[in-house]
Amino acid sequence: MDQQILIIILGTALVTYLPRLLPLVILSRVQLPGVFLRWLQFVPAAVLAALLAPGLLLPEGRLVLSGNPYLLAAIPAGVVALKTRSMALTILTGMAAMVLSQHWL
Amino acid sequence: MQPEAMRGDASNLETVIHFAGQGIRAALPIVLGYLPLGFAYGVLAREAGFNLLETVLMSVLLYAGSGQFIAVSMFGSSVATAAIVFTVFLVNLRHLLFSASLVPHLRRFHPGALALLAAEITDESFAVAINHYGKNEARLPYHFGLNLTAHFSWVLASFLGGVAGNLMGDPARFGFNFALPAMFIILLVMQLKDRKTIVVAALAALFSVVIAILWPGSWNIILATVFAATLGVILEPWISKS
Repeated sequence: MDQQILIIILGTALVTYLPRLLPLVILSRVQLPGVFLRWLQFVPAAVLAALLAPGLLLPEGRLVLSGNPYLLAAIPAGVVALKTRSMALTILTGMAAMVLSQHWL
Repeated sequence: MQPEAMRGDASNLETVIHFAGQGIRAALPIVLGYLPLGFAYGVLAREAGFNLLETVLMSVLLYAGSGQFIAVSMFGSSVATAAIVFTVFLVNLRHLLFSASLVPHLRRFHPGALALLAAEITDESFAVAINHYGKNEARLPYHFGLNLTAHFSWVLASFLGGVAGNLMGDPARFGFNFALPAMFIILLVMQLKDRKTIVVAALAALFSVVIAILWPGSWNIILATVFAATLGVILEPWISKS
């Protein structure tokens, strides 16, 4: 087994497990500060937008606004996400749209 | 004495089976979502250079869809290990909120059982459980039935994807290069609950792109998230008034 991959697997597993574990076993006694909880409520939307935007706009690390298959595929995927709120349908739509837009461009 | 005690055990076992079955059935919609998603992860992990064992081990130990997609795609683009681990930490920090929301329902159970249960908290299993506990009393067999079924389907799907990934050639031909952006789209749509989260998401998207252009690497995700969430807390009074 590749050592760097093993460190990535164990490291990401640990930093994911702690936020899952700590509130359940500790929070019965301790209360988190309110400002931290408010900050935390913004993290999911912020991190997802921060991950998504460069993936769509900078496919090869450079800004591509026209003839970009990622931007084109994002449109039907976004519509299906808003209408159905289904993860499986959104991903299947996005992948199908990607096959088509790669084919046409 | 003896037969009575045995009857007691038997009906106890029946209760456990009853609630575990309830949990397993509650997991079936999640399984339908995890099968294609876990398969896509398996394909992408092999493409990024993971072997089959590493692909499956990550699904067993990390067990977080978006985190696994991000980890393998960053590994595939040769990002530093520390940046990968920290980005996955930020992405999965939301579990803190899920875990905290389960406290009122689960606090009466043994901490050891809760430590096991916590390892399998995901967006989907949390959503199903918290909805169930709105109307029903919390039960450990229910929760473990739900969690283990969902986790098993995830591991199985990533194994199948990992096997297929080796056989199918370039996954981009089948649109797998859009599986990760599509997952971010649906997860983001589910997070946009009000004007405040929309403003924060827009700021994070803008920061992330600008930082990535000025400073290639993967720290743009971490920096943009921290800036945007902090601005969200600071701007909150003005955004909610307008």
